[in-house]
Amino acid sequence: MNVLDIKDLTVEFPSRKSVFVAVDDVDMSVEAGKVLGVVGESGAGKSTVGNAVIGLLQEPGHIAGGEIFLHGKRIDNLSYKEKRLLRGRKIGMIFQDPLTSLDPLQTVESQLVETIRTHLPLSAKDAQKRAVELIDSVGIPDPEERIKQYPHQFSGGMRQRVVIALALCAEPELVIADEPTTALDVSIQAQILELMKKLCEERNVAMLVITHDMGVIADITDHVAVMYHGDLVEYGETTQVLGAPKHPYTQSLISAVPRPDVKVDRFPVVNYIEKAGTPQKQIDISTHWLGKSRDYEQVAGPLVQIRDLDMRFEVRGSIFPSQRKYFQAVKKVSFDIEQGETFGVVGESGSGKSTIARLITGLYHPTGGSILFGKTELTSLTNRKDVLAMRRQMQMIFQDPFSSLNARMRVRDIIAEPIKFHKLASSNAEVRQIVDDLLDHVGLGAQSGQKFPHEFSGGQRQRISIARALATRPRFLICDEPTSALDVSIQAQILNLLKDLQEELGLTMLFISHDLAVIRQMCNRIGVMRNGELCEVSDCDELFEHPKHPYTRELLDLMPSLELLSRANLETA
Amino acid sequence: MIGFATRRLIQAMIVMLVVALLAFTMFRFVGDPINQMVGIETSIEEREALRERLGLNDPIPVQFLRFVTNAAQFDFGTSYQFRQPVSELFAKRIPATLELSFTSALFALVVGIPMGIYAGLNRESPISKFFLSVSLIGISLPTFFIGILLIFLFSVTLQWLPSFGRGDTVQIGSWWTTGFLTISGLKALILPSVTLGLYQMTLIMRLIRAEMLEVIRTDYIKFARARGLPNRLVNFRHALKNTLVPVITITGLQLGAIIAFATITETVFNWPGMGLMFLQAVQNVDIPIMSAYLLLTAFLFVAINFIVDILYFYIDPRLRVGRP
Repeated sequence: MNVLDIKDLTVEFPSRKSVFVAVDDVDMSVEAGKVLGVVGESGAGKSTVGNAVIGLLQEPGHIAGGEIFLHGKRIDNLSYKEKRLLRGRKIGMIFQDPLTSLDPLQTVESQLVETIRTHLPLSAKDAQKRAVELIDSVGIPDPEERIKQYPHQFSGGMRQRVVIALALCAEPELVIADEPTTALDVSIQAQILELMKKLCEERNVAMLVITHDMGVIADITDHVAVMYHGDLVEYGETTQVLGAPKHPYTQSLISAVPRPDVKVDRFPVVNYIEKAGTPQKQIDISTHWLGKSRDYEQVAGPLVQIRDLDMRFEVRGSIFPSQRKYFQAVKKVSFDIEQGETFGVVGESGSGKSTIARLITGLYHPTGGSILFGKTELTSLTNRKDVLAMRRQMQMIFQDPFSSLNARMRVRDIIAEPIKFHKLASSNAEVRQIVDDLLDHVGLGAQSGQKFPHEFSGGQRQRISIARALATRPRFLICDEPTSALDVSIQAQILNLLKDLQEELGLTMLFISHDLAVIRQMCNRIGVMRNGELCEVSDCDELFEHPKHPYTRELLDLMPSLELLSRANLETA
Repeated sequence: MIGFATRRLIQAMIVMLVVALLAFTMFRFVGDPINQMVGIETSIEEREALRERLGLNDPIPVQFLRFVTNAAQFDFGTSYQFRQPVSELFAKRIPATLELSFTSALFALVVGIPMGIYAGLNRESPISKFFLSVSLIGISLPTFFIGILLIFLFSVTLQWLPSFGRGDTVQIGSWWTTGFLTISGLKALILPSVTLGLYQMTLIMRLIRAEMLEVIRTDYIKFARARGLPNRLVNFRHALKNTLVPVITITGLQLGAIIAFATITETVFNWPGMGLMFLQAVQNVDIPIMSAYLLLTAFLFVAINFIVDILYFYIDPRLRVGRP
């Protein structure tokens, strides 16, 4: 018998003008001990399904039709109080971000004990004992000690284990995991997925995993439901759906997942998805301002040469030097970036990849080593004019497209700012013309210049960031996780755009990412970083085929296997 | 923890020294202190003798050191008006002000916090909207106006409560007088403490409401609900405690403000506290009282700030333990 049955579920969010149907007539079910994956891009309604099941839909959303059954008992029409008694007791939930889902002011123990005692008739002492057992069962060492600690004393992966323990407190029959590993590093992700799979089998729990990540789906689910704009477009066994997708959306979605195994020239673009960028008026780079007067001094060798770069941050300040404590973010890193190539830096969070980007752009000043850009030593530049000249040649694209654009400025002004600041155009009319052309060139269209950033989606904003970066006519572009906040289909478009621009303008790129598959598709050479040190630098294919450093091998092994995914009959646009 | 407390103590001492310097400068350089003390008929020789006797001819650092040493022993000199030691004058007035401030702070907290919690949890309810409108009045009307309004309503029209003074007081110990123990003393407290505390109450209410709205949206509250915890636990154990850090900061500062700036309320209600005395001192250029008041106020703020900093440690474990 199925643990969870969802029949014809429709969820509506009424707004002042219209009704938004977030989930439209969706059916799915999960058996005990099995994992059902719900996959889709942002706005597909997958989280709404989970919230509807646990009865925590955000106001004014409500279930407009359909039924939800837990073990054959209808639960969608229960009162708030009856639903509350189900939550935690029968249905557990795991959230995305382990850093924010625990109360920072309570010990892990008190959060576990209060949950256990809410649902089970245990004395405080028995509840404590049970809490220790739970913490032990999710694989946290020294459970008696650690349970007395506060959430901030745990690392991200450990906190996610605590969250899982909390979800399992009262032996629920169903666990809903909403993007359980999205905020974690690959190595931690692999551990958490393994733990979830194991607990699911051992305790015979049904699990509903909501994710955008095809790798997670391929790794742990038995069945998968693909959602698109509130509709269930495909539903079936995971091997079936991923191996031989029937619906065109599923096919495009799978094709857009970057391949870790083979390098392809361009990313397959999801044709099914609209707004793939408005038809753009191409500008002729050879005659246009953007391509003109790239009057940089020519260098024979590599464009960027980094030698013994060191960066440490003061963690604890003191007037006595012996009392100061430092965190070494970058240790003796040396590498070259050839002209016109894309150099990839890959590593887990805290490995120092972003610090290197900031050191090169001059946002931080290194504590040791040298950065040679062309013929100029960046670390010894003091003259403001020289610094500005250098900054004009290098630009940065940031990870979060939502916070990296000034919300109070029109897009046109955002892009015009660097042109005016560096005095790259002779008149305001010319600036306006250049901005319009840039917007056309990145696929947004000149008319979008009048709008404000909030009127755009994540992918469109990232295009604005790219246009802004191009506005100084740089020759070196640093992309710091440019697509990690985007859906796969949008990611494919943005990465294609970056590739095109690089080819047209002869840009040199430093591409930072934690995603090995993306790195493989984008980069010529790759550096692997760990704890501030550069483990290995090698050619792209060489690194994936014959990794030398043990850490590289470990990273490659941890990549979710995507062999299930069908790659046949898919065009690369 | 101890290191943190010591650092804060050192900072507090520096602040106090700077304020002492200001008070000293006022004492020494705003007008000639000798002129304030003696009559017109005093001869120049007598003035010189007095100047010498008071040590006003010593080098300035020596005078400052003496000023600080005396102040540390609660010796602030003699008032020009009353010809009495300033510390004695303050001792007589402090109980009145402290009792008034304490009552109004209590009023602000006891009424403001529940109102804030309610308005934060039930954002759309008509009662919350009513609270918000009322709080707007509390914030926008000046204290003296509220005081006069209350006097007009409750003392003049209804004749329920006295309009001025402390009522009957009882002597406790050698110098403390309290109005808490007599009916008329308690009655006399009501109007001034409501007047003084109204602004703080609305501020605390609005602050708690805003913080609650913020905290309610966080993931850990959603997760607490998803674990099926009853509303009582979610709202009070998890949500309220997380709103407390900013609330304690503001409440602490406001408590200082209540004690130090009770002046207006004391004037309106003719309350025999420090504020009233300070106002009279300003009118009569009674510099010893003014500089003592300055030091006392600064001391109150510094002490409250110090307590607030220590309280953070008890509320937020992230400050208590070093990161792993």
